[in-house]
Amino acid sequence: MNASPYLPTPGYARWRKAKSTAVTAVLVACALVVIAPLFLVIYFLLRQGYSAIDLNFFTQLPKPTGVPGGGMANAIVGTITLLAMAAVIGVPLGVMGGVYLAEYGSDRVNNWLRFAADVLNGVPSIVWGMVVYLMLVVPFKTFSAYAGGTALGLMMIPLVMRTTEEVLILVPQSYREAALALGVARWKVIMVIVVRTALKGIATGVIVAMARIAGETAPLLFTALGNNFWNHNLKEPISALPLQIFAYAISPYDDWHRQAWAGALVLMALILALNILVRVLSRDRRLTT
Amino acid sequence: MSSVTTTSPVLPESTSRGPDLAFKWVAGAAALVVVALIVLVGWQLYAGSRLAIHKFGFSFLWTREWNPVEDQYGALPFIFGTLVSSLIALLIAVPLGVATALFLTELAPLRLRQPVVMVIEMLAAVPSVIFGLWGIFVLIPWLRDHLFVWLKHSLGFLPLFRGPIYGVSMLAAGIIIAIMILPIVTSIAREILRSVPNLQREAAYALGATRWEVLKIAVLSYARRGLFGAAILGLGRALGETMAVTMVIGNNPQIAASLFAPGYTLASVIANEFAEATSDLYLNSLFELGLVLLAVTILVNVLAQLMLKSMTGSGPIKVG
Repeated sequence: MNASPYLPTPGYARWRKAKSTAVTAVLVACALVVIAPLFLVIYFLLRQGYSAIDLNFFTQLPKPTGVPGGGMANAIVGTITLLAMAAVIGVPLGVMGGVYLAEYGSDRVNNWLRFAADVLNGVPSIVWGMVVYLMLVVPFKTFSAYAGGTALGLMMIPLVMRTTEEVLILVPQSYREAALALGVARWKVIMVIVVRTALKGIATGVIVAMARIAGETAPLLFTALGNNFWNHNLKEPISALPLQIFAYAISPYDDWHRQAWAGALVLMALILALNILVRVLSRDRRLTT
Repeated sequence: MSSVTTTSPVLPESTSRGPDLAFKWVAGAAALVVVALIVLVGWQLYAGSRLAIHKFGFSFLWTREWNPVEDQYGALPFIFGTLVSSLIALLIAVPLGVATALFLTELAPLRLRQPVVMVIEMLAAVPSVIFGLWGIFVLIPWLRDHLFVWLKHSLGFLPLFRGPIYGVSMLAAGIIIAIMILPIVTSIAREILRSVPNLQREAAYALGATRWEVLKIAVLSYARRGLFGAAILGLGRALGETMAVTMVIGNNPQIAASLFAPGYTLASVIANEFAEATSDLYLNSLFELGLVLLAVTILVNVLAQLMLKSMTGSGPIKVG
């Protein structure tokens, strides 16, 4: 630009303004591009999934190749079973770990523990599958619901731990002091006063973690494996919605593709429902981030 | 806090510190589980890959051949695929994510911010396998028939955009990963931009800067480090992305210059071949790929945490 920095010409000022307006437009366009995929995904889920969903989808087992119809009843039940098993592992360990971070421990130790939890959070989900395969599938010589639930449960621990710590810290210090002043034992103060007060926030964190792992496929591939029939024994392979969606999506059959869309719609609905539950729970108090 | 642990001797409850100590130890043990798990994960992957490590040594990392029939295994095509697909994803997601974060913190009317943030959070909730399904049946056909054709026409002089178009490709994988890491990049970038003091902006405006100049001089330059951290964190996510990538990348262990060519990543070869690994060496090699993936992601994540920590000062930004 030939304009002096002290006396800008009108042309230069116009150029700067135009540039600013252009950048504004670009930013708006970028934001639109970013939110577009969600709507595109939801649109196709509804369009493709809705036509494939009927009562059979929720009540029947998958049909063998070439036989039309059938459903994913076992996969739906399987996903719920796996989530429950994951919660059994992830919630107690995560909550107790969060309690330690919020109530005990020196700053230095806690910083390291938090750091470890964050590192653990970044471990790719496929790696969890491999680790649990070595831990539970190889020794017992069978893929099992236990292995699948464990893989998901281990993934939950750092998630639940961090959110629990965050909500416990929000409980006013005066609550603890008041109870301690009355002579209540520390562990009772924590369990009855602190955790009780923050229960809603902890529950929110747990649900967030459940929503995160409900759609996980990679850790289940060689732990839960999948199953075309009902699982009657947790020591045997179990089906799950994400596994079934994956298997059907990469299959060459149109009918299975339709079912995959239907399964995806159900899975998405489940995850959205969990997310809405979180919003309702945390509406009055922003206990989650 | 330790000063208030002494409880009154009057109440029977406090006569014994036994339960208190026990509770503390249980909680401590639960917290230590995260450390134990890191060790466990690393150790298990190492134990699972010992055969391959002994047989191939470090040359595993730069061997091009992946041939289960002849029991020859090398990681290079997968490392290449993982890096290239993640790089494409970053090139798309970082500018878009930062721009959206700028839009959300600096431009958007207050009433619009919350809904847009909510949409982005929802995008983060979509499972990988659903993106993969959508990728196979919606994105890939569109890319194959429109975007790729156009790219080939207009940029075909570059080796990157030459060769036959199949649809499934490195570029498709990069685009899917970009969509998947956009939420995390955007939300961290937003946190960073929100931590830029308003004084910065006001000072720039007072000098007569236009809006873009304010963003450039006062906001972006101030937040540069943190935004870089956000990008690295996005990279950490991108490297480990499995299902959606497996479904759109074409799963072919080759190193091709063209982005239209199919590729393979560390995570997707594990997902595809683990269950059918026939020989011990094959399985061990897959475990070693997992070990490489784990090492790289942990390294990248630790780097990102350190950068973000130094940016915000008050502890690491919560991820996820």
